[in-house]
Amino acid sequence: MSAPRRPGWFLRGVATDAKLLLIGIPVFLWTILPIYHLFLFSISPKDQAMSGKLWPDHPTLNNFIIVFNERHHFLGNFWLQFWNSFFIAAMVGILTLVVATFAAFSISRLKTRFGGTVMNLALFTYFVPAAFLAVPMYRTMGIYGLLNTQWALILAMMTLAAPYAIWVLKQASDKLPRELDEAAVVDGATPMQLFRLVYLPLMAPSLVAVGVYALLLAWNEYLYAFLLLSRDTDVTLPVALGNFLAADDSPWELLMTTGLIYAIPPAVIYYVFKRYMTAGLTSGAVKS
Amino acid sequence: MSAAAVQADRAPPESKVRRPWTAAETWGALMLIPYVLVFLAFVLYPVLYGFWLARHPSSYVALFGDPIFRRSVVNTLIFLVVAINVKMLLALLLSGFFLHERWWVRWLSVIFILPWAVPAIPTILSVRFMLNPEWGLINQLWFRWTFEDGPNWLNEPWLALTMAMAVHIWKSLPFWTLMMLTGRLAISADLYEAASVDGATKWHKFRYVTWPSLQTMYFTCTILSMIWTLGDFNSVYLLTGGGPADLTHVLATLGVRYLRLDQIDLSLATVVCAMPLVLPLVYIMMKRFSK
Repeated sequence: MSAPRRPGWFLRGVATDAKLLLIGIPVFLWTILPIYHLFLFSISPKDQAMSGKLWPDHPTLNNFIIVFNERHHFLGNFWLQFWNSFFIAAMVGILTLVVATFAAFSISRLKTRFGGTVMNLALFTYFVPAAFLAVPMYRTMGIYGLLNTQWALILAMMTLAAPYAIWVLKQASDKLPRELDEAAVVDGATPMQLFRLVYLPLMAPSLVAVGVYALLLAWNEYLYAFLLLSRDTDVTLPVALGNFLAADDSPWELLMTTGLIYAIPPAVIYYVFKRYMTAGLTSGAVKS
Repeated sequence: MSAAAVQADRAPPESKVRRPWTAAETWGALMLIPYVLVFLAFVLYPVLYGFWLARHPSSYVALFGDPIFRRSVVNTLIFLVVAINVKMLLALLLSGFFLHERWWVRWLSVIFILPWAVPAIPTILSVRFMLNPEWGLINQLWFRWTFEDGPNWLNEPWLALTMAMAVHIWKSLPFWTLMMLTGRLAISADLYEAASVDGATKWHKFRYVTWPSLQTMYFTCTILSMIWTLGDFNSVYLLTGGGPADLTHVLATLGVRYLRLDQIDLSLATVVCAMPLVLPLVYIMMKRFSK
């Protein structure tokens, strides 16, 4: 309201706020309802979880205690599966970062021949939906003898994360001034020194964004994890959650509690790195 | 193997003597090799092998004869047309809402991004339980307020598909709203001021300032969203499992269904059948991105 304040400006301000609230409240309810429902189940005792109440009469942390102590046959490997999720996500993050940084440096700074072609192939892989690559990938992993090993999932997720990672890093490194490389070369730097001493430090924010992107992609993945892994001791948390659905007598409140625990780390990581994510990813994602 | 290939290509054709590689060329090739290997082993080979397995015309005859397949094609098209247009329109409108500078709008924008930030599985399962006809939260509230039984959300095919689309929108709306917001923030404030001076209404400002600046981005986002939605496995598979009676499958879940029934040829034929939808969209995106 920068306009000169004529009589009635206050009332009009209130009216605008009321109109905004008319949009804001439904948006809030729509957004929060499934997440609140998840939380509601996790603090409800077993007999009250399905009572249809919006707040349980006796909220309890008992579900969390059961999950943390693995006191249910569905949860026998909870901590192991949590570790599996973490290990696979971390490996995917690291491997993607290595492969993508090398490729982006090679394409963007060293201007390697066929770099443009490789970039286009990577972009193509990025655009084709992962769900359609899942079945061929499943068969291929069988041929390679990797099926039902965690490396199958790590390599598959790295394959899915790398194209976008390369593209974002290439966009970012194209923006670095070319004089930097020239100065380094005049000073007698080898390409490796250029990479380590000039390129990596300057690219740090984009590297964080890309690493977190790959990590979250792997942590959140359900389809590939469910196709490529099967043993209870190998699977990640989302597959274990999906397995709850197979049984008729599933303890829903424990499933929801486990789901909430599984959902918290990526949400925290997302908010902590939001600054990097939005700067590194959204600017690159859609050029107008 | 690819190192040798690259080296052979690199030799200047006119001279038999190989010029030694410069350090930059050597390192450039070496650093590109890891990704090239990943691409060959985990993209190119699976794709070629997939096409090879899907080469029999009989698979396609069987596939087109399967009513579940025909229904999935219809469902996929409905998903694309309805869900995406509703989602992108909402994103466009909500991005305007989030431009307002209020403390509570700022807070709401932080909460609003949650569906995008949390993994799909727990929240979709949460919706699934919420919509349970007997003890789900929604129908219990429905009964308490109307004294009538609520709809059988996930057991009526069209209603179940609508719910799957709602879940899809719930999950991805924040991302696209953020995109549109980024686009709107890039529009110069001078344009709006100039429009105000000329006495433009809100609608005029949107029509003649916002929309012209946003439309390229809006269409790019729509196409990108179409490609991703074609591959949206989770919203359908985790909410309805393709049911009731396999009537809510989309192409992305149908391939996995055939795989679980051990009909690998039908599964890959489904993927091949999705390509006429996917590839033109991918082509448009490639052109836009490599500009």
